[in-house]
Amino acid sequence: MSETESNGYSIQEIQSGNQSEFAKLIDAHSNQIYRLALKMLNNPQDAEDVLQNTFLKALQNINKFEGRSRISTWLYRIATNEALMIIRKQRPEVNLNEVEDDDNYSVNPPIQLIDWCCLPENELLSSESKLELENAIQNLSETLRIVFILRDIEGLSIQETSQILNLTETAVKTRLLRARLNLREHLSAFYGDRLLARSKE
Amino acid sequence: MVAHENCQSMLLFLSDFVDGELNQDFCMEIESHLAQCPDCSIVVDTLRKTISLYRNSSLETEQVPEDVRERLFKCLNLEEFTNK
Repeated sequence: MSETESNGYSIQEIQSGNQSEFAKLIDAHSNQIYRLALKMLNNPQDAEDVLQNTFLKALQNINKFEGRSRISTWLYRIATNEALMIIRKQRPEVNLNEVEDDDNYSVNPPIQLIDWCCLPENELLSSESKLELENAIQNLSETLRIVFILRDIEGLSIQETSQILNLTETAVKTRLLRARLNLREHLSAFYGDRLLARSKE
Repeated sequence: MVAHENCQSMLLFLSDFVDGELNQDFCMEIESHLAQCPDCSIVVDTLRKTISLYRNSSLETEQVPEDVRERLFKCLNLEEFTNK
């Protein structure tokens, strides 16, 4: 079953101007777009702007969609560009085109070597832990964060992520590994303290 | 993980390994290294857990609030389709 069939809307109908089908497309994909925007911008108002602009542009350009990618990938691409545009406008000092030595597949070796996987789920996902998860992802550079969001949170493939970001697959893999290891270090420090606190109780 | 040569080279294939994208021979090589190296085992386990925590906590909780959805439909002139 294709993505559009499983979501209950028809691209053909949308392209011929059927508004009710476009409404179904919005409900099928708006959570994904809003989540991406919120994680990239960390601000509900900016995330709402990205959401609105993404679907406005999708509506204006739906006839240019040729079905060469999944419609969700096409929407993610629009949303990513919208989010990066807001970052450029608000913080021009951020270098979004930075070439992070992407072809040099090297990373910093892990420092935190504490096994915190044994912590119970209610502790791993307590409100304090969720705040820390958010802090950690916001501490990543924008160029690493967007790769982690698309690949690991939204579950896109390396190929889809590279198409959305106009990067080589090698560059996506390098950034993904750096993002994952960076988050692991951050969380290991946090959960390692939780583990220590539990052992003293 | 820091000093040993095998640990250093494993690090570069860590993402492919946790994503299950390595060929069988390579995978077995890494698994046999993990069986002997507690530090690398911890890195692999905590890396997998890090990814799953983000995926699960984000997908479950971050939804478009109802008022945001209403404004979205309004700005697209689709108010008549607001009721799902």
